[in-house]
Amino acid sequence: MKKKIKKILYWFLTFLVMFITCLPGIWIFISAFRPNAEILSKPANWFPDNWTIYEFTQMFSIEGYVSVPAFDYLKNSIIISLTSTIIAITIGMMGGYAFARFNFKGKNKIFLGLMLARAVPGISLSLPLFILWAKLGLINTSFGVIIVYVAMNVPFTIWLTDGFFRQIPKEMSEVARTDGCTRLQAFWNVELPLAGPGIAAAGIFAFLLSWNEYALASVLTRTIASKTLPIGMMDYLSEFTINWAGMCAIAVVMIVPAVILTFIVQKHLVSGLTFGGVKG
Amino acid sequence: MLIMPAIIAISIVVIIPLIFSFYTSFTSYKLTRPDSLFNFVGLRNYERIFSNSEWWWTYLRTILFLTIALNVELLLGLGIALLINKITWGQRTLRTIMMFPMMFSPILVGFQWKYIFNDNIGLLNNFLYLFGYESAIAWLIDQKLAMGSILAAEIWANTAIFSILLLAGLMGIPKDPIEAARVDGCSSWQVFKHITLPFLMPFIFIALTIRSLDVGRAYDIVHIMTGGGPAMRTELTWTTIARIGYKDANMGMANAMSYLSIILSIAFTYYFFTKLKASRQELGQ
Repeated sequence: MKKKIKKILYWFLTFLVMFITCLPGIWIFISAFRPNAEILSKPANWFPDNWTIYEFTQMFSIEGYVSVPAFDYLKNSIIISLTSTIIAITIGMMGGYAFARFNFKGKNKIFLGLMLARAVPGISLSLPLFILWAKLGLINTSFGVIIVYVAMNVPFTIWLTDGFFRQIPKEMSEVARTDGCTRLQAFWNVELPLAGPGIAAAGIFAFLLSWNEYALASVLTRTIASKTLPIGMMDYLSEFTINWAGMCAIAVVMIVPAVILTFIVQKHLVSGLTFGGVKG
Repeated sequence: MLIMPAIIAISIVVIIPLIFSFYTSFTSYKLTRPDSLFNFVGLRNYERIFSNSEWWWTYLRTILFLTIALNVELLLGLGIALLINKITWGQRTLRTIMMFPMMFSPILVGFQWKYIFNDNIGLLNNFLYLFGYESAIAWLIDQKLAMGSILAAEIWANTAIFSILLLAGLMGIPKDPIEAARVDGCSSWQVFKHITLPFLMPFIFIALTIRSLDVGRAYDIVHIMTGGGPAMRTELTWTTIARIGYKDANMGMANAMSYLSIILSIAFTYYFFTKLKASRQELGQ
């Protein structure tokens, strides 16, 4: 009897946790498909009476006047996030391999130094970057944002890939090399395929960080030439009013790719973080 | 040699700007007057900050905010991890749902909680209305409630990191010592305290280290939820820096302030990182 009550209690608590976790997202999703008037109605209308995709057509309409050019923001977001992720992964993977396989002077200090560089808050970094980038003419260019995101993502990519390379026994590469492979060939044919899923997870993590970044991009971007979705979201926010439905709609555009990508790699992500940490 | 590209990238984007901002923190640089970049004023910015009680209240509030947020997130995350670990059916689905908040951009987290806490159309007040609580509570405008509302958003967004990493830790614990302890007549509390918890320690510090790398992202949440208001009651160091640097265009002062807040962020990270190393050594790994 006591066991049964305990079990019911567990299930109730789990349900509560899941409910609180999901509710805000569900609410945003519902609100994105309902007319603004319905959102503002009092007393509240819990479930939409009429579903509409008005806000989405507004955002993505090609002809005519668009209040928020979400298509350009989406394009910028994809270009910036993808490019910076590819570069960060390449650089980070090299670093991670070095940390996992070689011993060199000051190894732990360099690792700590990289992490501390990552700890500098975006908004503090944005002040000098804003001045320097303005001098170099990099303000409001995708290139300027990409460089910043690469540097931001490299330390974490190193942490993750270091963990994944450590999981692969050293002997495998040694065997390949006694069979006549060069170190690079051994890496390319043996170690890289084995670490593949982990590297993909690190890549998605880097992608999401760029995709979601706000503090730096809000300073370094100005117009539709380089504004990303998180910055574009603020277009719906004016001094005294907020277009709630529109904001929810752009939120959905932002969150859907992120959710899909995370679900694909979640398992590897966790194992990478914990392994790199525990055995590092 | 392989880590050189990483070091170069970080030098360009982090180290060189930091050196530059260290220099500007000793000038009276204003964005509106470019020539003031070379107007060296010595320690004046720092003197002004040190005698500015407003700033120190903000600094204290930031430390308090982080302390509360990290502790609650850790405890909640540990609780959720223990709970999910007990459940065998549908665990993978639960794990996936649990990661949900991790995918949200902080700016999005801020916005959705601004929406929920809205005094007029917010989900929370609408819900209270159902129970006959008809006077709308101004969650984000009331001086006493605003900070709590922001904390709620912050905790919602970041508990997932703790629960997911601690769950990974729990699943890796060997079963033998726990069973042996049970046979010897240990209570569940004793098992938790003497076996589970020590084993989890490295995982707790991994989560804290990762979390402390990103404490500055609270800026996004505050920025969109209250913008530092009402009457600057919810200003954290980062929102103050943004206000002084960009709105007042007083870059020299803002850079001096940002140095003080960088020290705070790095101190948090460094502290947890050394703790992580110590807990690893204790386990003999």
